[in-house]
Amino acid sequence: MPSLKDLKNRITSVKSTQKITAAMKMVAASKLRRAQDQAEAGRPYAERMARMLSSLAANVQAGGEGPRLMAGTGKDEVHLLVVMTADRGLCGAFNSSIVREARRQIALLQGQGKTVKIMTVGRKGRDNLRRTHAGLIGQTFEEVGRRRLSFADADQIAARVLEMFEAGEFDVCSVVYNRFKSAMTQIVTVQQVVPFAVPESTEAAPATDEARALYEYEPDEEQILAELLPRNLSIQVYRALLENAASEQGARMTAMDNATRNAGDMINRLTLTYNRTRQAYITKELIEIISGAEAL
Amino acid sequence: MEQKGRPGPRVGPGLRAEGQDMADKVEFELVSPERLIASRAVDMVVVPGGEGNFGVLAGHAPMITTVRPGVIDMYDGDQVVDRIFVAGGFAEVTETRCTVLAEQAVAVAQIDRAAAEQEVRDLGEDVEDAKSEAERTTLEHRLAIAQAKLAAVEAGTAAAH
Repeated sequence: MPSLKDLKNRITSVKSTQKITAAMKMVAASKLRRAQDQAEAGRPYAERMARMLSSLAANVQAGGEGPRLMAGTGKDEVHLLVVMTADRGLCGAFNSSIVREARRQIALLQGQGKTVKIMTVGRKGRDNLRRTHAGLIGQTFEEVGRRRLSFADADQIAARVLEMFEAGEFDVCSVVYNRFKSAMTQIVTVQQVVPFAVPESTEAAPATDEARALYEYEPDEEQILAELLPRNLSIQVYRALLENAASEQGARMTAMDNATRNAGDMINRLTLTYNRTRQAYITKELIEIISGAEAL
Repeated sequence: MEQKGRPGPRVGPGLRAEGQDMADKVEFELVSPERLIASRAVDMVVVPGGEGNFGVLAGHAPMITTVRPGVIDMYDGDQVVDRIFVAGGFAEVTETRCTVLAEQAVAVAQIDRAAAEQEVRDLGEDVEDAKSEAERTTLEHRLAIAQAKLAAVEAGTAAAH
């Protein structure tokens, strides 16, 4: 049976742990709000970019095959996986679920006889994948958007991807990240970014078809598209990073909430044991005194 | 790199139809990947297009174009009400809207002239020192943006005096 002092020490230690997890939860909550606001602010650009792209693509596809970023290299041999994780842990299953999905993809692609290359964003992904797939990891990015995620961060990653694509180092590129659904749920998503599949516009098709035909292009479609597609790649990376940042904070918030609650339960249990032990000790002393008095 | 607006119905406030009302305004939007920078209704907006400056009035033919580094002027009546420098991007014009997607944008009034001059000097030196062809190209691209920015401030201060 533990002594009263031991119990007291344990209670104090669990209490300070609880304070830390509660603080982390609050920090994550405020960071989550910021990340959500940022994702919200980035939406107008992405929407308009998508609208331009779909109208351009419709025009170009009708004529020729379009730039390589959209049409692909015509091969499907080398795959580049950009695995986005966090730099820090203590956020539940956030990192491990991304890594698990990445491993699954690697196994799947290798099973089909493809070559796989990996680019990691975030320290946790790099550390985890290095144990099993060290040979595949090319470039790693760390501390991306530590203070505040900016478009320049995404641009840097996209520039590297483009460089590799120009050099013919891969045919297909996908990003693996966590899509933010709510603070409780994040969905691991594998999204192909090169060659880029232009989303079909969901609006009423006939109306947009008419609008498409009416656009004038300066310079011509192909040239605009050739400039727009690299931008679009940066945007896709940026969006993935934003979603990931929001997911990370959401996952951390939930994990820390659980930890705080768990610590509370633990404190209750320990306090109960402590009080029982103390009571038993007092009773024992009383009995000793009383029997001593009776013996006289 | 002085490029004049092209002739035709799309240029110049003087060509506006008589008796126009509020409905003849253009919804101008300037968005960066990080946020919506400006959104307002103006009479005319002049955008530095990849193939020359162009003015947009209400009822402009729909078009999509590239934007080179330069200044976007917004007009209310015949007055310039706002001047914003953009470091290149894309513009989409429809009959009622003009949307500019820019990576970098700053109000001309907020550009620090000394800093802009310094940037041009530094980048000029960097271009000289560039080791590889690729490095030189990116630096030259940045230099062009910095020069356009400086030109924007100079034009702005000249107009003020």
